[in-house]
Amino acid sequence: MSYPLFQASFTVYCIATALYIIFFLNQKKQIRKAARMVFIAAAFLHAVNILLRYIEAGHTPITSIHEVISFFAWSVACCHLSFRWRYTVKNSGTFTAVIVLLLMLIASFASRKILPLPPEMQSWWLPVHASVSIIAAAFLTLAAIGGVMYLLQERELKQKRFGFFFSRLPSLDTLDKLNQHCISIGFPLMTVGMLAGYIWARQIWGGRPWQWNPKIVMSVITWLLYAGLMHQRFTLGWRGRRAAGITIIAFFAVLLIIGSMLQEGL
Amino acid sequence: MGQDSIVLLGVNHKKTPLEIREKMALTGGYQEPLEQLRGLEGLKEYYLLSTCNRVEVLFISQNPEQMRREVLDLLFAGKVSREEVAGCIYVYENQEAVHHLFMVASSLDSMIVGESQILGQLKEAFRHASEQKTAGMILNRLLHKAFSVAKRVRTETRIGANAVSISYAAVELGRKIFGDLRGKRVMLVGAGEMAELAAEHLMGQGIDDVVVANRTLERAMKLAARFKGRAIGLDEVVDQLLDVDILISSTGAQGLVLFKKDIAPLMPRRRNRPLFFIDIAVPRDLDPEINTLENIYLYDIDDLNNVVEMNREQRDKEALKARRIVEEESLKFQRWLAGMEVTPTIVDLRAVAESICQAELAKTLPRLNGISSKERKSIERMAASIVGKMLHHPMRYLKAEHACIDQTERIMQVRNLFQLNEQYEQSEE
Repeated sequence: MSYPLFQASFTVYCIATALYIIFFLNQKKQIRKAARMVFIAAAFLHAVNILLRYIEAGHTPITSIHEVISFFAWSVACCHLSFRWRYTVKNSGTFTAVIVLLLMLIASFASRKILPLPPEMQSWWLPVHASVSIIAAAFLTLAAIGGVMYLLQERELKQKRFGFFFSRLPSLDTLDKLNQHCISIGFPLMTVGMLAGYIWARQIWGGRPWQWNPKIVMSVITWLLYAGLMHQRFTLGWRGRRAAGITIIAFFAVLLIIGSMLQEGL
Repeated sequence: MGQDSIVLLGVNHKKTPLEIREKMALTGGYQEPLEQLRGLEGLKEYYLLSTCNRVEVLFISQNPEQMRREVLDLLFAGKVSREEVAGCIYVYENQEAVHHLFMVASSLDSMIVGESQILGQLKEAFRHASEQKTAGMILNRLLHKAFSVAKRVRTETRIGANAVSISYAAVELGRKIFGDLRGKRVMLVGAGEMAELAAEHLMGQGIDDVVVANRTLERAMKLAARFKGRAIGLDEVVDQLLDVDILISSTGAQGLVLFKKDIAPLMPRRRNRPLFFIDIAVPRDLDPEINTLENIYLYDIDDLNNVVEMNREQRDKEALKARRIVEEESLKFQRWLAGMEVTPTIVDLRAVAESICQAELAKTLPRLNGISSKERKSIERMAASIVGKMLHHPMRYLKAEHACIDQTERIMQVRNLFQLNEQYEQSEE
């Protein structure tokens, strides 16, 4: 039942992305409005898809590769839409839509089989750990998108050659604020996700959860990167190019962690 | 009775160093110097213009040589020596003076060609002159013509786009860096026309604090008062940069004013808040290396020009077009001025009368059937003599040595009464 909905939302994401790209090229307001409406519709269909899958599977559908990536895509879409309340970031929709579509594409290649959960995974810490971590990753994704936009815009301003992006990208200040905003939400969520993971692992493996496996080391390093960036921003006022660069690097680490988790089967 | 000459004396940024210009500038307003000039017997009409880039006097007199010396002594005695004045002043007479005034009005003589502020300053100067009744008929006409030439240049060429676009580009770039310009602070280093213009544009975007740094504090205070800001000395610039977001530099300094090593230590203290430097001085004030610092964006005037994609060729072409308009208008004015003498007025008056006479005869004669050529001659003679008698008094009025009404004014009256100027202008178009 849930799969046709996945296909439907995938199709609607395609349309939204196409509209966002058209808007990016011609900058017509009506097209942005349309793109946004279509994007909201896609996210809504996607939400229903996840809900139905939850009912079908009988557990939170964040266990298989398909489910994790699909949930990730949905989180990115929702985080993006949530910004509308506070402020708009000109043209960030185009970048986000492309990322969401890419994630959906990856998810659609993965096996959609609903796997029965092995008994040790049937803890309610799992959905908490997984969902919080993925939502954190979604905010960090947006921070990285903001970082890329910042670097593009900054390059044009520094080199004084004004090309394609100059008029289309928002101001440096807006992008820097986006970065700060996303990380100050994403980082605490990441911390909570990691703590939930720790408690869950303790439940499964008993008193010796701390294993020196690369996945966990990587997570700690990533956490330290974000923590360092937050610290420097608050104390020394690190911002702009440096913050954007670190955000992008740390985001690749996040992707690596998610990737390795999926490969190892959590 | 000799011929009246229009004389224009002045100094501007092209030939005169700032130090001398500053001393010559009429800092105390126009009222006093205009009042002083009233004491000179030989001046018929005059006005004064003083901006940060120029000081000019325009007067009408019958012996320009003598009056020139007297005017200069009166205005600048005690401020600058005669030799210094003689070294940098330019003097234009009649046609050249008119031409120069039109060039100034249409901003072709400005430091930043095409900036529009000069027109406002010119209008202000003229307002003072006409309030103090030192501008008479010729000056009235001349200045109004200058305003309309400026307007024509502005509408028919894109010369104004140059200056405006530079401020516009500054605002646009500021927005790309800061997002919202509201609540940001601007510092002006040096107080040139262009900096003022850019600051004005930025103020329009909600900038709420302006700091003016200038070599002479007096000028800084004046400009600061205009923007309701503060004035500081040049040596305080670096310290004040801690609280400023945008800096517009336009000093007349020969070398660089701010270096990378001055700015680099500031950034940690500013907590890396971005700085936007605009260098519109020629030669440049700001070390180009500053642009390599993080979170600092430095634009000089060429960069700003690139932003608006106005290439030099285009600008020169527009300037050429503008010059042609000035040329054309000053010739027109010259012709008008020539008409303001007695003889041409009489000639015009006769011509008008003659043409009315001919027109009426042409209408009436064909309607009279069977008149002999002798009778016809009589009618023509009658018409001519009516016209002649009608014109007799106006002509005497023009020629006479009238004690209480100036001859120029009488010429003007007659020309207005018989609408001689209108006819002349119509035939031109």
